[in-house]
Amino acid sequence: MNAILQFLSDPLPFLVWTTLAKSAGLLGVVLVMVSYTVYAERRVSSLMQDRLGPNRTGFPTSLLGFGIKDWSPFLGGLGQPIADALKLLLKEDFTPAYVNKFYYWIAPGLGIGAAIISLAVIPFGSSIAGVDMVIANVDIGPLFVFAISSLGVYGIVLAGWSSNSKYPFLGAVRSTNQLISYELALGLSIVPLILIIGKLNLVEIVSYQVQNGWMLLPGITAKAPHLPTLEQFLTWIPVFIAFLVFTISMFAETNRLPFDLPEAETELVSGYHTEYSSLKFALFFLGEYTAMITGSALIVTLFLGGWHFPGIPDGSAAGWLGVMWGLVNIGVFLAKVVAFLIFFIFIRWTLPRFRYDQLMKLGWIWFFEIALVNIFITALIVTYVH
Amino acid sequence: MAYKVPRPNLTFAEKIYLPSVLAGLKITLGHLWRMLRGKTHVCMQYPEEKWDSHLPDHYRGAPTLVSDEFGRTRCVACQLCEFICPPRAIRITPGEIPTDDTFAKVEKYPEQFQIDMIRCIYCGLCEEVCPEQAIFLKKEYAIARTSRAEMMHNKAKLIEMGGLQPGVVNKWNEKK
Repeated sequence: MNAILQFLSDPLPFLVWTTLAKSAGLLGVVLVMVSYTVYAERRVSSLMQDRLGPNRTGFPTSLLGFGIKDWSPFLGGLGQPIADALKLLLKEDFTPAYVNKFYYWIAPGLGIGAAIISLAVIPFGSSIAGVDMVIANVDIGPLFVFAISSLGVYGIVLAGWSSNSKYPFLGAVRSTNQLISYELALGLSIVPLILIIGKLNLVEIVSYQVQNGWMLLPGITAKAPHLPTLEQFLTWIPVFIAFLVFTISMFAETNRLPFDLPEAETELVSGYHTEYSSLKFALFFLGEYTAMITGSALIVTLFLGGWHFPGIPDGSAAGWLGVMWGLVNIGVFLAKVVAFLIFFIFIRWTLPRFRYDQLMKLGWIWFFEIALVNIFITALIVTYVH
Repeated sequence: MAYKVPRPNLTFAEKIYLPSVLAGLKITLGHLWRMLRGKTHVCMQYPEEKWDSHLPDHYRGAPTLVSDEFGRTRCVACQLCEFICPPRAIRITPGEIPTDDTFAKVEKYPEQFQIDMIRCIYCGLCEEVCPEQAIFLKKEYAIARTSRAEMMHNKAKLIEMGGLQPGVVNKWNEKK
């Protein structure tokens, strides 16, 4: 027993098992979040449209003898994600005869794989018992996320092309087009942040924000919240522009309305996954919502102080106190991500879809230029402030 | 000749689009907020809440056989409803009333009266054609059973559903 413990606390095995544990934990949390985001999407959209949404498939509390109603107009339906997952698992997995089988089969995996892998560099908490709450503490954080999440488009493109059918093909073409118009603005829009912070490591970006105030709300630091100073206000201006461009580009990147042209139901049946059914469709669905979570997590990490909340210390304290605060930090991070997901949902059910040329114009003529000019403004301001 | 579509002159606020995003959010979040406070009553929780008390008198639900004030089924087995029924949902087996009966002059009565509710289209032609005003479409609409046999309404079931409806046709009564 002691030998095993000794082995597990050696540096290399320790790194391996903590990383595996963190990966498994994060994956579990994210998958649960995905299924409940779908539920939230359905409920929130229906409440916004004066409907009620799924409110019947509750957990059978009355069978267990609690004497509570299994459904209620507002809180019922919490069992809906489980029922949905079962339905998707049990449906017939139909592969049309005319598809290119190899690419047709790997496309859903590529879609969800890219979304999940990019979660690896996101710091989702401070530290618990000295272990950093990030799976891969690498010095190329945002670049890694952009590189991997652009691979996600291969899932869509291969799905559309291998389906050998016109609507998926159009969806795939649109997706490629949309991606190259927004990837540029997405990447350029965070250059001002990197100019200000001077680091590319997401863990260090968060600790910079803990020390010097959140990028978007510069008054909130680890010390008492205060009104931003003149220097902070000046640097806040390009950060705010970057935030707007980044968030809107993220909507396009994750194929959410108002930029969901790759799967525009009213125009393309259901876009690139028209020919998919059962679990393969579920994987696309999962990938789409995981990408949403990754996007929100990145925005929270870059602009909203990551796991930090004023008044809550990080997990560096000794013993169980440190573990508790570490868990609270993870909770704060997830709460911020959830808030952003709900914002995504609000936007989706408010705005109509952009026309195709409007989307291109927005990406190439507006965001690309704004992001470029913003870099120069930031450079000037940073020079002035220093 | 080419027709030139006049383009609207947008203001700066309209061009950057963000104010309209906020305006849209205000509308949708307003609806969300009213729903959450329970101020909007649009949906009805169906099996628990029903619209039954608002159904008009002419509502066409399941066809039934009504009885007169003596508890006698009004139907005289003339089979007009059986012949007019577009989906042929009605099947009547007529029987003869014995001569020593109080209502011997009616002569016929339905020995069996079946309505196949899988076939019935609730058109109300049977009610319209009935010379005795014996068949009526009542307000029951939730006809869902687990087998075909249960969907077949027999005479007892139809009479039970129809109930008493006195004072419509009195021609078979004793002369005063």
